[in-house]
Amino acid sequence: MATFFGEVVVAPSRAGVDDEESAEEAREETPEDREIRRELEKKREIDVLWALKSGASAESSADEPFVCSRFIVAIGHNAAAFLSSFILDSVCWEVVGVVKLWNEWCRTSNTTNVLPTDSFCLFYRLISDPTVLLCQCSCYVAEDQQFQWLEKVFGCMRKESLQVTILSTCPVADYKTQESTLTLPSPFLKALKTKEFKEQVCCPLLEQPNIVRDLPAA
Amino acid sequence: VYSLPSKKLVVLQIRSPFIKNKYRPFCQTLLSWVKNSKCARVVLLSSSHAYQRDDEQLLGTPLRYLLTPDLEKAVGGLMQELNWKEMEKVAAYPGINDTEKVLHIPGGGITKLLFTESCSEGIQMAVLLKFCSEGDNIPDAFALVNYLNEWLQLIKSDVNISTQWKMPSSWRLLFGNGLPPALF
Repeated sequence: MATFFGEVVVAPSRAGVDDEESAEEAREETPEDREIRRELEKKREIDVLWALKSGASAESSADEPFVCSRFIVAIGHNAAAFLSSFILDSVCWEVVGVVKLWNEWCRTSNTTNVLPTDSFCLFYRLISDPTVLLCQCSCYVAEDQQFQWLEKVFGCMRKESLQVTILSTCPVADYKTQESTLTLPSPFLKALKTKEFKEQVCCPLLEQPNIVRDLPAA
Repeated sequence: VYSLPSKKLVVLQIRSPFIKNKYRPFCQTLLSWVKNSKCARVVLLSSSHAYQRDDEQLLGTPLRYLLTPDLEKAVGGLMQELNWKEMEKVAAYPGINDTEKVLHIPGGGITKLLFTESCSEGIQMAVLLKFCSEGDNIPDAFALVNYLNEWLQLIKSDVNISTQWKMPSSWRLLFGNGLPPALF
């Protein structure tokens, strides 16, 4: 495949599996290979740690699911910064959880005292209404970790009457539209909602053929 | 996953690549589900790199089919009537030993794996594939679905069949946005 600059690049296979990858797999896996793969899978596991009762911290799996009425998730640096600038403060909100993960693109920082430039995934609770939860996820959650993230995070909460709001950003250049994006006034908001969401949406819905990807999509 | 209860049809559309090393478990899980849900037949729509064709395959129709032994018993005759071409096997060691032939579907992703597993699991599976090249594959999609329709008769195959298929909205702007007028 030739790009605009004329160099030839190998396009990823749209069949979903590259022929080289399947040839690689066909080779017998040695015990060393298996061990390496197991170690790598363990390294890529996600840990979700909650500190829901003040002072105490516990593994998420041990606790009973807690009640949650509203869950706002900010994914990516921009959305996380939005929450930091306009919503979060140390008076009304307390840190109640953290996700620890590693992948080729990032490792989450160990502290809850994070800088805006750090990669982190923190959960905050509104002190005046403990059923309101906020998540700032500025680290990249890899494709093979997304399902685990969802299972472990949502697995801890009671989902009856739960309303989830996801905030994220995409480059305007990726927006597919009949006109050119050059003259499009930006930034602008678009929304997607499930059929269970009955309230008014504050902005137009995202038109086809645009799609959402990664953790927000999951 | 889409379904059309009136025709007892379920369609699984795989829209993304597989996570590394997970395509085998995916195939196993999928075929397990096919057996457990007592699915009568599976039709796999696929493709293969056009540039890998041999001299003979360059001529004639670019469409091919494959049937597992269990489905061959049921519909093998129909394929003959339709004048369909079975996917040719190729030499396992070309140039060295031309007698041993194997099934090879370059660019077909999980097609070969699903097919060979279905053969040994007694699943009634048909593979319908088209040789295609990288680029605008919309005409290839129409060719493949018309090919499928020759067999399953999902819609009446009139003269102007292409206009009866509905184009998905995800096909809009496949090759980019409109151009900025300032360019000209």
